[in-house]
Formats: sequence, structure tokens, C-alpha cells
Amino acid sequence: MEEKKEVIINREWCKGCGICVAFCPKKVLDLDDEEKACWVNPEKCINCGLCELRCPDVAIELE
Amino acid sequence: MAVKDYLRQRFFPQIWCAGCGHGIVMGGMIRAIEQLGLDKNEVVLVSGIGCSSRVAGYLDFHTMHTLHGRALAFASGVKLGRPHLKVIAPMGDGDALAIGGNHLIHAARRNIDVTAIIMNNSIYGMTGGQTSPLTPFTKRGTTAVFGTIDHCFDIAQLAKGAGASFVARTTTYHAKEMIKMIHDAINHKGFSLVEVMSQCPTYYGRKNDLGAAVDMMKGFRDGTVRKGSKKLEEHPEFVERGVLVNEARPEYVSSYMDLIEKLRGERENLEQGAASR
Ligand code: SF4
Ligand code: SF4
Ligand code: SF4
Repeated sequence: MEEKKEVIINREWCKGCGICVAFCPKKVLDLDDEEKACWVNPEKCINCGLCELRCPDVAIELE
Repeated sequence: MAVKDYLRQRFFPQIWCAGCGHGIVMGGMIRAIEQLGLDKNEVVLVSGIGCSSRVAGYLDFHTMHTLHGRALAFASGVKLGRPHLKVIAPMGDGDALAIGGNHLIHAARRNIDVTAIIMNNSIYGMTGGQTSPLTPFTKRGTTAVFGTIDHCFDIAQLAKGAGASFVARTTTYHAKEMIKMIHDAINHKGFSLVEVMSQCPTYYGRKNDLGAAVDMMKGFRDGTVRKGSKKLEEHPEFVERGVLVNEARPEYVSSYMDLIEKLRGERENLEQGAASR
């Protein structure tokens, strides 16, 4: 099995739009106090990559 | 290559508003180009003016940021001069369908091998929320505070009627579908157009009480259906997504090259005839 990728958020580029949070199928992401996306439930992440594809700010990368 | 390697990172974070759909379309373009395995030097982006046109500034290909509405005129020139390059025009609905409407229909009619990616957010974002030819009947903009009495174009039908040989429509919510469509459009030999319904939360969303970017994308999810699905029969008011036209027709630059070759051949024959006389 391929190793699970990490969801890396670029806090400098994230604008807190919440798109990744709202449409993550497993509710893995959330916005923190500074309105930046955070990968809060990594164990639930299925690496679908949808957050990366829908982020308008190229602020998410699966690595 | 990583997505970031296609960006001119010195311009980031980019200037678009939080949640603006144009960034999702830009990401889709990068991924489609990456999947096609194109070298950066093989791609030319030509844009006009508007929020959407900034794509040409952000991406690290050959890029031209030209005049409002005229992207396809410049793109046609580039394609004729350098037919081996992939020429892509990221455009907005105002840019492509108002001032640029004539260029659009004639590029489609000629079937020149250029790909137009039209980010349709139903408004002029950059200049402050004026209605565009894609603002639907009764919807509001700063120039139609009581709701517009104009009717809007259907981009896909217009392009089809004008002769585009590849026409597709999707939304920013359907990111994977969008990548595939852009990929196929770039690969298509002839004029290709992908309409991506995109959210402008700042103007179109706010003026029409559509909520934030997430709500607008939910609207795209719930208000559109795949071409040929049963749901469309039951709900004709839904917007159809999918590849709506995909046909093979002689391409403009190829026809031009063929003509040059033919006329050269005829001239050589004449010259040889004259010399042997
Ligand atoms: S989609 Fe991108 S910009 Fe929006 S909150 Fe998530 S990481 Fe931030
Ligand atoms: S990869 Fe999929 S499951 Fe994981 S955080 Fe992103 S959207 Fe959620
Ligand atoms: S004004 Fe609208 S289209 Fe322009 S960047 Fe803001 S959200 Fe996007």
C-alpha cells in the first residue's frame, strides 16, 4: 500500500475561504483562530485530494 | 512537476478575493497541462482584461496580457505564426462575450486551434460589479440594482452555433471534471471552448444574496446536472454540464498551410514548364 500523504497548508497563501473545510468528504479540515485551514483530523483523511483541487489559492498540497 | 513549479511565485499570495473561483480554474489549467506533459515553452497563454485575465500573469508559460476582449485576436495571430505551440486564452464572461463577442464567434467559425477557457461569474468583478451579458434575467449588479431586464447568453450554445468544434461546460465545484475537460480541449484540433461557472462572492454573490464562496459552489453542485442524466429530463431548469460538442472539422491553420503548399506546387510546376519551353 502506498504511504499516506500529508496535507500541507501554506498559511501565507491561505485566505480562509473555507472551501476545503466545507467540501472535505471526511471533515478532516477546519479553520483555526487566524482563519487559516488546518488538517485537524489526519487519521480520517482518505487522501482524496479534493481539497487541493478546489483550493483557489494553491495553498494546499498533498505531499 | 509540482503545481507550484508552474507559478510565478513572486506574485503570490495572488490578488483575487478569498474564495474567488478563478483560482480553482487556474489550478485546473495547471493540472491539465501537467497531465498532457507539455513543456512550459510549448504553451502560450493570451489574456484580455478582467479578474480572470490575471491567470496569464500568474502562470509561468509564454504569456501575453493584451487588450480587453481581444485575447482571441492575439491568440489567433500567435497560432498562425507558431502553429506548433498550444495557445490558450483564459477569459472572463464580460471580456469574452461583450467587447470580445465578435472575436469569439469568428474564432469559432474559423475553427482555429486555440482553446478558450471562459470563467463565467455572471458579472464584471474587476471594475465593481457591473452586469455582463451573462448576468441572468432579474439578477442584480451595480448597474442593475432592481435586477437586469436583459436576457443572458448561453455561452455553450452560442459557441456551438458559431461553429466551435469542441464545447464543454462545468463548474468550479466539479474540479476533477474541469481538469479532464480542459485537458481534452487543449488536445482537440480546432477551436475549443470550456465554460467554467465560477463564483465571484465579492460582487455577484453579495449583490444577489448568494452567500459566501462555499454557498455559491453548493449552488453549482445542486443546480447543474451531467449531460444525458435522467435528472435533466425531470428538471429542465438545471444547467447541463459535460462535453456538448466534439467533432472533427478542418482546422484553420492547417487549411492555410495546405493552401500555401498547393499554390507553391502550382507555381513550381509553372516555373518548370516555362524553363523547359
Ligand atoms: S480552500 Fe485554500 S484558501 Fe480556502 S481555506 Fe482552504 S486552504 Fe485556505
Ligand atoms: S485529501 Fe480529501 S479527505 Fe483528506 S483533507 Fe483533503 S479533502 Fe479531506
Ligand atoms: S471581484 Fe469577484 S471575480 Fe474579481 S477577484 Fe474578487 S471575487 Fe474574484
